[in-house]
Amino acid sequence: MYVYDSIDQRVVDERVAQFRDQTARHLAGRLSEDDFRPLRLQNGLYIQRHAPMLRVAIPYGMLNSAQLRKLAFIARVYDRGYGHFSTRQNIQFNWPELARVPDILAELASVQMHAIQTSGNCIRNITSDHFAGIAPDEIVNPLTWAEILRQWSTLHPEFAFLPRKFKIAINGATADRAAIQVHDIGLQAVQADDGAIGFKVLVGGGLGRTPIIGQVLREYLPWQHLLSYLDAILRVYNRFGRRDNLYRSRIKIQLKEQGLERFLAEVEQEWSWSKDGPNTLTEAEVQRVASRFTQPAYRNLPASCEALQVQLVQDRSFAAWHRRNVHPHRVPGYAAVTLSLKMTGVPPGDATAEQMDAIAGLAERYSFGEARVTHEQNIVLADVEQAALHELWQEARGLGLATPNIGLLTNIIACPGGDFCSLANARSIPVAEDIQRRFDDLDYLFDIGELDLNISGCMNSCGHHHVGHIGILGVDKHGSEFYQVSIGGAQGEQASLGKVIGPSFGAQDVGAAVERLIACYLEHRDSDAERFIDTVRRLGIEPFKEYVYGKSHSSRTHRERQLASA
Amino acid sequence: MANLIRRGRIESGNWPRLDADGLTALATQKQGERDSPAGVLIPFELWRSKHDLCATLGTEVGVLIGDDDDLTEVAAHLPHAGLIAVHFPRFTNGCGYSIARLLRGRYGYQGELRAVGDIMRDQLFYLGRVGFDAFELRDDQDCEHALNAFSDFTHPYQASSDEPVPLFRRRVG
Ligand code: SF4
Repeated sequence: MYVYDSIDQRVVDERVAQFRDQTARHLAGRLSEDDFRPLRLQNGLYIQRHAPMLRVAIPYGMLNSAQLRKLAFIARVYDRGYGHFSTRQNIQFNWPELARVPDILAELASVQMHAIQTSGNCIRNITSDHFAGIAPDEIVNPLTWAEILRQWSTLHPEFAFLPRKFKIAINGATADRAAIQVHDIGLQAVQADDGAIGFKVLVGGGLGRTPIIGQVLREYLPWQHLLSYLDAILRVYNRFGRRDNLYRSRIKIQLKEQGLERFLAEVEQEWSWSKDGPNTLTEAEVQRVASRFTQPAYRNLPASCEALQVQLVQDRSFAAWHRRNVHPHRVPGYAAVTLSLKMTGVPPGDATAEQMDAIAGLAERYSFGEARVTHEQNIVLADVEQAALHELWQEARGLGLATPNIGLLTNIIACPGGDFCSLANARSIPVAEDIQRRFDDLDYLFDIGELDLNISGCMNSCGHHHVGHIGILGVDKHGSEFYQVSIGGAQGEQASLGKVIGPSFGAQDVGAAVERLIACYLEHRDSDAERFIDTVRRLGIEPFKEYVYGKSHSSRTHRERQLASA
Repeated sequence: MANLIRRGRIESGNWPRLDADGLTALATQKQGERDSPAGVLIPFELWRSKHDLCATLGTEVGVLIGDDDDLTEVAAHLPHAGLIAVHFPRFTNGCGYSIARLLRGRYGYQGELRAVGDIMRDQLFYLGRVGFDAFELRDDQDCEHALNAFSDFTHPYQASSDEPVPLFRRRVG
């Protein structure tokens, strides 16, 4: 966890004062709604369907227990007792009162948090791998770099009014857990043969209306040049990105229209004058930032814990949870744990104030007082002793945070959708719940195996449906809610975009369509080891299409056939 | 109405934007008859083609540039420009921030750089940082109040035209 110094603190304090003044002017009628809108958006404040919505930044997903308690406090005092963790490592409050938002920001500032640039056409919250710093497959710890980027992007004077929003993600492990291929800029930290750190720079990825996988702009950028190079990319975008058409205003469209070569030439040209200038990062700065991160005081433990092995044999439910929700750690004797915010019946990513307080307690007792938010809308306790896992599991279960579904179908990623979001075509939450209920049987769920199911309420794709193995998108048909289903999307190193299987479904039929997709998969997979996505890749979407829309026997669900043969 | 902030001071007087006809009209007025404005803003292309005429106006001339002007062309003519105004069609269009940064940083422009168009109090801090030293505020803006905007933040992180050395190089220790 990065700890602010007095300068960092002053920046967020002054931001609160600035926004307090803006809000006061707006409420006094001296700042029109049109003028206020872009300003409030840059502080994460939307005016939503029912009330304002405030999006708070959780930079690269890191939280400490004091911050979690503060979020719980805000949920309780300023909202309706819960918050929603989004797919970009933010938390959203759905019911704050406009006049009190400056107070909420002041509360946040008191625990080194803010809502700066969580919306608006500016550089958004920097996201990263939720296992950063602890993953066994890590090459470079991205946290220091993510914080350097946070500071660089915070109140950047040149890039506050870009053509459109701009999202940057950074990853440092071999597995890509930061979805760098679907960001405006994706950075993969790499280590050269001589040990020097650098970054592979991807640009122009993104979801939304025109989903595109990012292209490599530079295979290796030495770390010293990180900021000047990003400045150059942003400057080329800020100058030549399109402002005449909202749907063509992302950098991915600029890249598509210009072609990679020309875009690259422009960036290089732009970079040529600022390269090696004062923005060149220094060893001292990297050290300074790195040293302001708290370091967990790991104990010397054996790599494998005997008590744990016994518990795994004795307790089947615990073993199921361990299999899905416990992840390897680079330090012997430790593990990372995902607390699932995907219990059936609760909107994906929602946590109550009580749960947040409780998670703060768990973090303190089991994980050096820190927690992380994942882009899959769950919470990770990153540094748990293996010997304590069973105890932690029991506590988490009591809190409704131990659903053993990480990586499985019911770990649904979903945006708030039509229940909250004014842009939505359709609701996401009831669809998620319906699907979760259909797959509530744990044995069945485990048998289906790894599957990402993502739901967005509209083309803005906040639920990342394009990269779900199964993606569901809310569409509007003659004023009623319909859902388009796609399959074959994936995040990570093998990122791909899903293909639509056919005509959309009414709300009451989506769940059944998902069941048929799964039945088709179970029938066609060549072994338990072949995941849903692998089968789709091997066979293409045709068999699935037929299975779902065909009138033959095959349209009966797996369950129906099980029942029929029982 | 006073709506111009120049180098930290409030000034009154509107600087009209001239098109080709306006320029000819002003130039052909007799010296004594001139109801001279404090200054005029002339679009870059016009200014470039009528450079000599512009020099005879007997009033301050600002070269007005927008998003579409080719900055390398502008840069080539910088030595002749005493004042450059960058037009912001809407305050949410931030192209002008990069134009300013380039004029100051890359092309070494040291004359007055004025932000005009849809300019309000809440942009001034950033505008000042990227190199503007004059601001023609929208009519509904309170200039006195707007002056406070320049001190909204004490220690910004980034390097820019006002402070070419980023905070991290001054922070260590
Ligand atoms: S995807 Fe659409 S409906 Fe869902 S949160 Fe984003 S904008 Fe709202």
